[in-house]
Amino acid sequence: MLHAAVLLPFLAAFFIPLLYRGVKQVHLGWFVLLVPILLFGYFLTFIQGVMQGVHTLKTFEWIPSLGVNITFYIDGLGLFFALLITGIGSLVVLYSIYYLSKAEKLGHFYVYLLLFMGAMLGVVLSDNLFVLYTFWELTSISSFLLIGYWYQREKSTSGALKSMMITVFGGLAMLGGFILMADITGTSSIRGIIENGEMIVNSALFPFILILVLLGAFTKSAQFPFHTWLPDAMEAPTPVSAFLHSATMVKAGIYLVARLSLIFAGTDLFFLIVSGFGLLTLCWGSYMAVTQTDLKAILAYSTISQLGMIMAMLGFGTELAILAAVFHILNHATFKGSLFMVAGIIDHETGTRDIRKLGGLFTFMPITATLAFFGTFSMAGFPLPFLNGFLSKEMFFDSSLHFENASTIVEAVSPFFPYFAVGGSIFTFVYSIMLFFRTFTGKQRETLPKQPHEAPIGMLISPIVLVLLVIIIAFIPDAFGHALLSPMVDAINGSVGETHIKFWHGFGPALYMSLAVLILGTALYLTREKWQHVYKALPGKLSAAKAYDGLINGLINGSRKLTNIYMTGSLRHYMIYIFVFFIALVGITMSVSGGFQINFDDLAPIAVPEVMIAIVMAGAAVATIFMKNRIAAILVLGIVGYGLSLLFVFFRAPDLALTQLIVETVTVALFLLCFYHLPNFDKKKESKGTNAINWVISISVGVLVTMVGIASHSTKLFEPISDYFLKNSYKLGGGDNVVNVILVDFRGLDTMLEILVLGLAALGIYTMIKLRPGKKEGND
Amino acid sequence: MEIIMSVLAGILFTAGVYMILQKQILKIIIGTALLSHGAHLFIITMGKLNRGKPPILSEGVTNYADPLPQALILTSIVISFGVTSFLLVLAYRTYQTNGTDNMEKLRGNDNE
Repeated sequence: MLHAAVLLPFLAAFFIPLLYRGVKQVHLGWFVLLVPILLFGYFLTFIQGVMQGVHTLKTFEWIPSLGVNITFYIDGLGLFFALLITGIGSLVVLYSIYYLSKAEKLGHFYVYLLLFMGAMLGVVLSDNLFVLYTFWELTSISSFLLIGYWYQREKSTSGALKSMMITVFGGLAMLGGFILMADITGTSSIRGIIENGEMIVNSALFPFILILVLLGAFTKSAQFPFHTWLPDAMEAPTPVSAFLHSATMVKAGIYLVARLSLIFAGTDLFFLIVSGFGLLTLCWGSYMAVTQTDLKAILAYSTISQLGMIMAMLGFGTELAILAAVFHILNHATFKGSLFMVAGIIDHETGTRDIRKLGGLFTFMPITATLAFFGTFSMAGFPLPFLNGFLSKEMFFDSSLHFENASTIVEAVSPFFPYFAVGGSIFTFVYSIMLFFRTFTGKQRETLPKQPHEAPIGMLISPIVLVLLVIIIAFIPDAFGHALLSPMVDAINGSVGETHIKFWHGFGPALYMSLAVLILGTALYLTREKWQHVYKALPGKLSAAKAYDGLINGLINGSRKLTNIYMTGSLRHYMIYIFVFFIALVGITMSVSGGFQINFDDLAPIAVPEVMIAIVMAGAAVATIFMKNRIAAILVLGIVGYGLSLLFVFFRAPDLALTQLIVETVTVALFLLCFYHLPNFDKKKESKGTNAINWVISISVGVLVTMVGIASHSTKLFEPISDYFLKNSYKLGGGDNVVNVILVDFRGLDTMLEILVLGLAALGIYTMIKLRPGKKEGND
Repeated sequence: MEIIMSVLAGILFTAGVYMILQKQILKIIIGTALLSHGAHLFIITMGKLNRGKPPILSEGVTNYADPLPQALILTSIVISFGVTSFLLVLAYRTYQTNGTDNMEKLRGNDNE
């Protein structure tokens, strides 16, 4: 049943295109909507069990020989995310029905969306590392497809490519970490690995594993400095941004860190990296959000900073911090989802998302404005009791102040954390307020592409539901706390502590921090004009987007330059590479292994005629080099060939001598035939450097060949097998000429293929001469 | 004798490699021909030279030259002949089509 649930979106994705072709009257989204709603209902049935600590585990054997099985596991953490995915998924599909017109390629859109939904469910429910990785990459791919949905726009495709590059880079690093973890513990089941967490933490590879896995989590969850893909991913349709890039996919990294924190948490390295980068991302993201002018870009940087905040709390690792983290995941999904939808409505109804062109929309869009009010103020952590953002922000401040079981490093670093937390929150406050007031209040501009008006009711349903959740969660946090968050804290931390979320924290340092944020944020907002030049100056050249572009361009240019250096197109250069490597490899091997030996035993006696022939051949071979005339070179080459056949005579090889004689004659004839058509030798002398290189290389090759020859002759390891041929040639082959019997009888296959070679050469020559495409074209 | 033949094979290789590093096609083909001569000489030297009669069975002879390298070389000669003749016709056609036999000029545009 659980497997069917995860499979359902994929199955639906398969049938959706058929429906799309068949049914034209009804918006395709209505059919799609059934899937997440069904799944949401199905996952709701698990809440009761999970609250009582009952975990569901279902296994389907996939590759049992490698221990890789599709095992789905429902505990508090997985269930929460599954509900988030299907719940927000339903709302987003509903919203998209009104957002996308029927003229769009809806079939593509919903197939990608369903693929993504199924992949995301697979990520959060998998118990197997490698199955998790499979679904993980599937989310990257479907996200890539969704960002590039309007593939005619260049920005969409480049944004899609960027997100793909960064998330896949992280995904591969993560796979490396997974393989190491599976190797160390001997199992690829996440529960099994958590049980053996000690082995990983104590292994020498632990820092590598941690960094590799965190690379995956940080790239997916857009942590500094990998956050740069998220603002560019805003080129996707707004429902996609709301679903993927605020509520679900970007939380996959959070999920991974939470899921594995039973292994890693408690180590100093984990604490430093996760909370350090989390806080850095929080501050940088919220600062960058203030400098943006596009609604979705503000929301993108805001998502980055909120993800940083959640990540930081996971890094803190205290019970309070983890409760605050999971609470904020829930809160962020509600208010950020609604804000994206609001931004989409504004875009849809006014034709622009540029905050400089917007203003005074409250009178035209009172409902949207009210929704935005709740969303933005909750995001800011405004101290109003009906905003859930305030509660989690309080808990965040609280958790940044208290650290348990502090080691020396934690003690040294942690006093700075509250300042970072407050600093990031001030900017969060500023951009949230800016988002609301600059869009909905003030004067209305004349230049809007469309006359603004209220959105259709269907488009408003989803944000209304989300905003209602914002308020409900704020009023009865404990209901959600017990049902969803306690089991989740249990899954992350291994124990459930105090999960009572206080409605009102009372007067304490956290409240003073909130008030400080409120006061400083308001002051910064009111004086924002004065700070414009600072905002413009600071990101300047330091932005991660520029670093990414520089890196990619550097890689492309660098590899092009490198390739241009060695891929010259010159045959001589390539031959030089080959020979130099030959010399280096054989030479080094021989000198290192002491391979060169010289042994004067068992040498044939030196006979004068043979030596004479050898001298003549050597002279002729060297003479070919110096011949100025091509015909002379060919004839001298002939001398080498005939000399060789004479040597064959002396070396008792009659068949060879015969063949060599004939072949040499035919070859020389061919050379002569050919030279008639070729121009004479180039009289131009090569430069001295080139010539010297040629000499050095060729002499080195010659010397090496000689050395190999002498060395191999001097080390005979075993007797030749030729006795067998000599003994059995007549008995088995019925012939006296042993060479011929070997050729046609013992090793007849060689001969057959050699005939094939000759045949092919002949055929090739024939076609080369006969087949002339150029001529043919002329005839046609 | 084997050492002298190894040296001779080395010289043939030297000349062959030198010719292959030239620019003109005909020189390169001469280089490959020299290389194959060198290789054949190398193979026969790797068996034992001048031990016994030619490997044709006859009464009263017990010591023959090693027949296996000879069979290998015979195959190799034929194959290198096939390749050389193919190369020669290829050179002829290359020159006819491109109007040059200089490999440096045949390498195409640098700015492609």
